[in-house]
Amino acid sequence: MALKHVNAVIVGAGAGGGVVAKELSAAGLSVALLERGRWYSAADCRKDDLCNQRTQVLGAKFGPDDERNPRVAVDGKGRETVVVASDGAYSNNAACVGGGTFSYGAMAWRYMEKDFRMRSTYGAVAGSTLEDWPIDYFDLEPYYEKAEWEMGVSGDVSNNIFKAPRRKPLPMPPLPPNREYRILSPAAKRLGLHPFDIPMLRNTVPYNGRRSCMRCRWCVGFACEVNARNGTHNTVIPEALATGNCELRTDCMTREILLDARGRATGVAYFDANGRLQEQTADLAIVCGGAVESARLLLNTKHRLFPNGLGNRYDWVGRNLQSHTYPAAIGLFEQEVYDDLGPGAGIAICDYNHGNPGLAGGAMLANEFIRLPYQFLSAVPAGVPQWGPEHKNFVRNAYRRTISIMGPVQEMPVFDARVQADPKVKDYWGIPVARLSGGKHPHTLEIAGFAAAKAEAWLKEAGAIRTWKRLPGASLSGGQHQAGTCRMGNDPKTSVVNKDCQLHEVDNVYVIDASVHVTNGGFNPALTILANAYRASGNLLKAWKGSKARS
Amino acid sequence: MPNQKPSLKRRTFLSAGLAAAAGGAAISCGGGGTGEGWRFFTAEEARTVDAICERIIPADRDPGAHAAGVVNYIDIQLAKRFKKHQAAYRKGVAGVDAVSRARFGKRFAELPPDQQTQALTEVGAKSGAFFNLVLNHAMQGFYGDPRHGGNRNMASWRMLGLPLPPVRGRQHYDDPKAG
Repeated sequence: MALKHVNAVIVGAGAGGGVVAKELSAAGLSVALLERGRWYSAADCRKDDLCNQRTQVLGAKFGPDDERNPRVAVDGKGRETVVVASDGAYSNNAACVGGGTFSYGAMAWRYMEKDFRMRSTYGAVAGSTLEDWPIDYFDLEPYYEKAEWEMGVSGDVSNNIFKAPRRKPLPMPPLPPNREYRILSPAAKRLGLHPFDIPMLRNTVPYNGRRSCMRCRWCVGFACEVNARNGTHNTVIPEALATGNCELRTDCMTREILLDARGRATGVAYFDANGRLQEQTADLAIVCGGAVESARLLLNTKHRLFPNGLGNRYDWVGRNLQSHTYPAAIGLFEQEVYDDLGPGAGIAICDYNHGNPGLAGGAMLANEFIRLPYQFLSAVPAGVPQWGPEHKNFVRNAYRRTISIMGPVQEMPVFDARVQADPKVKDYWGIPVARLSGGKHPHTLEIAGFAAAKAEAWLKEAGAIRTWKRLPGASLSGGQHQAGTCRMGNDPKTSVVNKDCQLHEVDNVYVIDASVHVTNGGFNPALTILANAYRASGNLLKAWKGSKARS
Repeated sequence: MPNQKPSLKRRTFLSAGLAAAAGGAAISCGGGGTGEGWRFFTAEEARTVDAICERIIPADRDPGAHAAGVVNYIDIQLAKRFKKHQAAYRKGVAGVDAVSRARFGKRFAELPPDQQTQALTEVGAKSGAFFNLVLNHAMQGFYGDPRHGGNRNMASWRMLGLPLPPVRGRQHYDDPKAG
């Protein structure tokens, strides 16, 4: 039996898709929301430090599964490897209702004004496709505010003198400072820096009918056991379902966008939870699969008019894959500094996001999230033997006496850092898998070195008796903050979607997720994805003239 | 040792094995598919891996990999999530014993600690990929969640002074009023 025609089919129930589903269904459009993963709940916390979304040595708890979803990773020497979700080179984010927002640390940053105007601010960077966004901060500002208030953000950015102008404060206060915060805050001030409380999509007082954060250890990477962390899974998606206009279908893997003879979308073809091929017809096809899977879906959508994939006439789909490069500095202290109080991260500075001499951008710096014992091993410095009594002794002595400061460096987009549809390898459903290749721009690594040095100086001022840096390598960056593969722009020859997130080539196909980010800010991108999804949904609804389908 | 209170069947017979090991240097295991209590390893392989892990994370004032049952973690995972590493272990463990025999004339598990360290260093230089695999798995089994078969009695978490889970958030035990 054919499925009932809907106004919009949305592929992917993550940050972008969740918001779009809610905005469209609340406006009265009928929506089918397809998600390849499952819908987990607060009861799925599990507190398993080897199987969660942050540490995946025994699997990616919130998807995708290792068995059915391979990818091909091509390293710097051109060697191809078939990788599974729990491998590092897979660049996994998540596959579940809520997407990354289900298990993230929930930092809720607004990008700064210059983050939308990187090319104008810094000029061309050789070897990079650095460009301005076709919208500016003030186009997004009302939607940042909407996301903050509708979904719930806590924190206090009033001491951040670098923040972009904003009309309203955050709806919830920050959590009380932990021990790291109390050590780092005066040290930053002594250095003339401007520390403040990290904004987070996290309840610190009861909000939206859910309770506040209980400060447990099982935060980033885990389901929030008390449902105090706000993602699309517990905010906009339930609201969308409550309208009666939205149907969420989980375990549904989309194969391609269906196109008519003239190249307009008529819906999507997907495999349902039982592996049956279904066709969902729709007036609008909205792609929200994240930067890797959205690009893959467009590239796997072939048509006489689009022989190289939908939206890909000028070969920009899948290009400029970027995320964030994280340099870190770690400081060892005389006294215990770690109090195991979640979420751990609480204090940040934006002094080094812009205005760094000779550098095109920078990074926000913050203390690290809660660390589980196994995770702490990656903080052991190079000088300590990797095994044996000295290693064990170091871990024992340092676990509670270290602070880690890190930051997401805004990456220089690279045209050859890319997602392709692999010509040979197919997934469980027979769909060509994503093939990832390319690497980081050298200037990104230069900025990372600068940021690590600043983090180190901060730790020294805070009284660390020994400090060391952890610098990133040059390999492809595409994991949890993945972005950039369906660039938003005014020129169809150098971008994939217009500023309304509509494909240049087909007017009823949209891409609404981090794929459209031209650059990715020196911040965790979630709030920007949410805000842009609110904005794009609003523009879509303004242009909506009703269904053209005869029913 | 008082902190080796068995709670699961598997741990019961492993503890029995440990007691035997303490007295007579052999892990004896009852039950299980191979007739030796191991899912993947032979009894000899298990002895070698157990000894390797103990060198990687040796007992000092806190329990080491042996007491924490790290080999148990690796054995369980090799039959589950680490199936793809089975061949590497079969070959790699034999290689460690071969190096030990060539250098010191005995199997790895029978060597004194300093000779084991020398043998392992040589293995690390000769077959780095296998050594790193065991190294990572040993760390997971020691520092990771006990539910996966290692970190018996939460040995590493006690060592690090971590308030032991399960907890319902710090508020519950940091708040003096609640105490």
